[in-house]
Amino acid sequence: MKLIVPMNRFPRRDLLKAGGTLLIGMTIGGAARAQETEGVAVALGPDQPDPKSLDTWIAIHSDNTATIFIGFVELGQGCSTALLQLAAEELDLDMSQVKSIRLESHTMPNQGGTVASASIARGGPRIRSAAAEARQALLKMASQRLNAPVDRLTVSKGVVSVTGDAKKSVTYGELIGNKPFHLPYTGKAPVKPFREYKVVGTRIPRRDIPDKAAGTYVHMQHVRVAGMLHGRVVRPRGQGAYGDGAKVLSVDESSIANIRGARVIRKRDFVGVVAANEWDAVRAARQLKVTWDRPASLPGTAGMHQQMRAAKTVDRVVLNKGAVADALKGAAHSVVQTYQGPYQAHVPFGPNCALADVKTDSAVVMCSTQNIYDSRNKVAQVLGLPVEKVTIQYYEGSGTYGRSCYDDAAQAAAILSQAAGQPVRLQFMRWDEHGWDSFGPAHLAEVRAAIDADGKIVAYEYHGWQHNWGITETSQQLALGTPAAESSGSVSQEISPFNLGAMYVIPNMRLVNHRVDGVPASLKGSNLRSPLDLSFSFASEQTIDELAELASMDPYEFRKHNMTDERWLGVLNAVAQAANWKPRGAGGRSNEKIVTGRGIAMGTHTSSYAAAIAEIEVDRETGKIVAKRMYGALDAGQAVNPALLENQISGMLVQATSRMLKEEVTFSDTNVTSLDWNSYPILRFEECPDVTPIVVQRLDQPSSGGGEEVLGPAAAAIANALHDATGARSREYPLTPARVLAALRQK
Amino acid sequence: MASKVTIHVNERYWTVDAAPETPLLYVLSNELQLKGPRFGCGLAQCGSCSVLIDGAETRSCVTPLSAVGNKSVTTLEGLPAWYARQHKLAHVPALTPVQQAFIDEQAIQCGYCYNGMTIKANELLSKTPQPDEAQIRKAMNGHLCRCGTYPRILKAIQRAAKNTAGGRA
Repeated sequence: MKLIVPMNRFPRRDLLKAGGTLLIGMTIGGAARAQETEGVAVALGPDQPDPKSLDTWIAIHSDNTATIFIGFVELGQGCSTALLQLAAEELDLDMSQVKSIRLESHTMPNQGGTVASASIARGGPRIRSAAAEARQALLKMASQRLNAPVDRLTVSKGVVSVTGDAKKSVTYGELIGNKPFHLPYTGKAPVKPFREYKVVGTRIPRRDIPDKAAGTYVHMQHVRVAGMLHGRVVRPRGQGAYGDGAKVLSVDESSIANIRGARVIRKRDFVGVVAANEWDAVRAARQLKVTWDRPASLPGTAGMHQQMRAAKTVDRVVLNKGAVADALKGAAHSVVQTYQGPYQAHVPFGPNCALADVKTDSAVVMCSTQNIYDSRNKVAQVLGLPVEKVTIQYYEGSGTYGRSCYDDAAQAAAILSQAAGQPVRLQFMRWDEHGWDSFGPAHLAEVRAAIDADGKIVAYEYHGWQHNWGITETSQQLALGTPAAESSGSVSQEISPFNLGAMYVIPNMRLVNHRVDGVPASLKGSNLRSPLDLSFSFASEQTIDELAELASMDPYEFRKHNMTDERWLGVLNAVAQAANWKPRGAGGRSNEKIVTGRGIAMGTHTSSYAAAIAEIEVDRETGKIVAKRMYGALDAGQAVNPALLENQISGMLVQATSRMLKEEVTFSDTNVTSLDWNSYPILRFEECPDVTPIVVQRLDQPSSGGGEEVLGPAAAAIANALHDATGARSREYPLTPARVLAALRQK
Repeated sequence: MASKVTIHVNERYWTVDAAPETPLLYVLSNELQLKGPRFGCGLAQCGSCSVLIDGAETRSCVTPLSAVGNKSVTTLEGLPAWYARQHKLAHVPALTPVQQAFIDEQAIQCGYCYNGMTIKANELLSKTPQPDEAQIRKAMNGHLCRCGTYPRILKAIQRAAKNTAGGRA
């Protein structure tokens, strides 16, 4: 009785067999069953398939089905379903006739990472035009076969017929089944006009859900292979300053002498244990006595914003238009405020896991990466192997919400397997995941804004401080001594011209980014879902609300008064309508113990348009906020599958509530101290708001991001609702009872 | 020291070679190769490892093998059969009404927490077939979801309760 996945690369074949061909056999309870039917892609090089070949993207099988080779990972967001909808639409196939296969380096196209909610926006056009090009080629073949011009051919469910001559037909499978196209992919085939869509824009159920509900879905954490060992890393509980890594002073191997079968693996400061029995590995990792050097390099949670503000920074003017200083001087009313956002953690619900089989000259690593080709580079680096000798196979883990520790886990598994000479399944413990995450960076903002006598925003200035994302994974830092280093920067690492004030017509604007060096005295950072946007929206949209109050206008009316863009107005009006928002005067607030409030806010990440409304209750004695109902409207252009977007919006409304009310990484001067779900609490069932997701469908527009954009406005709407309920504003989140009570005292 | 231990899981007896202090979760995942219970925290904080022991939702990550004795363990894999016995059904359904409702509501995102959610919801409905919203929230409060799918889980449990009531009528 073994649960076995072959640790081989999927074989490459010139011919594509119908029905898939590679079975990953799993034997459970004595009965073998095929978990998955895998197709096989054509790989044209040793490295990765040639994106300019049509065969890299699509294979037609003789049973008149198609395999679409998709370079994006399923993370529970449903992109594996939506991208197939695009292909089915252009190929005129039914959804039952299309499938994809497991993402693997070498055989699958390199479409970049599944990040920034871009799989549909960035990957969709490629899939769509490849499918259109395949259809064009198939029609040309059918034209010859049926002896009829292409413009007399119609296709339904992969059956090509001649108009007016129903007897003359041929299937895609009969035309090319199991044979490659041998055609270049040019991207020049015309795609369908949206008015002819049959599949795109419809609510196709997600493909991964039935197996997930039945418990038969294979998460990464489920994968086992023959002859493998279980591995755990041994690290100090909670990271210190990124630049410090973790230095071993001594390891006492005799401390686990009583656990037979467990052994220590050490490479410089990388310490791990392996054992045939998982529980032996778990307790050996806990029991192993390691003395670590723990320098007091961190400012502690309470001191970090001050440290950022005082730091020497690299400054960049992200946007400058008009003359902000002059406009501020001449304005009717202005506000100036400082805002603070915490470090927050990805903390996937199942700690990251990877399984590596490292041989002398090659390696196969199964992991839950969001970018197989990037992970391949990172694994190759720690193993000292050429990249083409490393194969990465993707297995969905539990949601990562950005770059959690998946590459760290993949590297750790690889290091352990290389040293052990056997396959090793490495899973982080809860404290590893919480303590050694790459956190969404903390943020400090100084905002100035002003309105004229007509309630028009005339000036907006935003200064933001934060550090960039770490690029050296912890395992590599410890095992090779690679110095900690941060990314040189990207759109999502600095203050956002897309989110900050971008929805309003403001003649004078200035956005200045102050980059702090996060290596010496900060935590390791990375992209956490909708990077920095909660902090941006928290600061910016509270500022807008304060301006509305100064203008004696309803916050919804004030926003409308300062906007002209049809798509921003679209989401604002959609959310206001759904929540039945009625302007109300600045009447006296209740003095009851429990008071209610509502707030509205707008925002995005780098694309799309979102607006949110929060309805909350505040206990003025305890300071506890309960979000009762959250509304989120999202215009992501063409919604390929509105049901998937609704699910994303619902999730974002809940996650935003969690992040705004509860989530904060805490640390002392030596290390992170929030190491589990008690010390890093997230929203619970009894605290969960009712949610109303609203998709603003725009079939005529290109698709844009749909997995991040509602987080910022939803979070800010809660902050604005606190003010509506109590008259108090908090300038720092999460809005814990202690912070709310402090804000109430300062009112 | 490892020793032979017999446990009763999903209506079968299994003899495994494991130290008595081994948490049940590791035996279910490795020796029995089950995919329902899964590691989430090892601290009984999140609920991803939940199983039913004599019908009561239990965190298998902190339950030593020695505490299981001859009690009846039901994992996600055995839940439809357990449900069928509870409801005296002639045939074991492929899925419990809760699982079917998770599909109908398209509730799941990454799906990792759904083992615990399914176990707990079935326990709830076995004791309180028609729970109100507050009862559902209270029962489920010890089960965390990082993707934010609570609202759809709530709806799905309500749907399952309704369907079960309808099926009996």
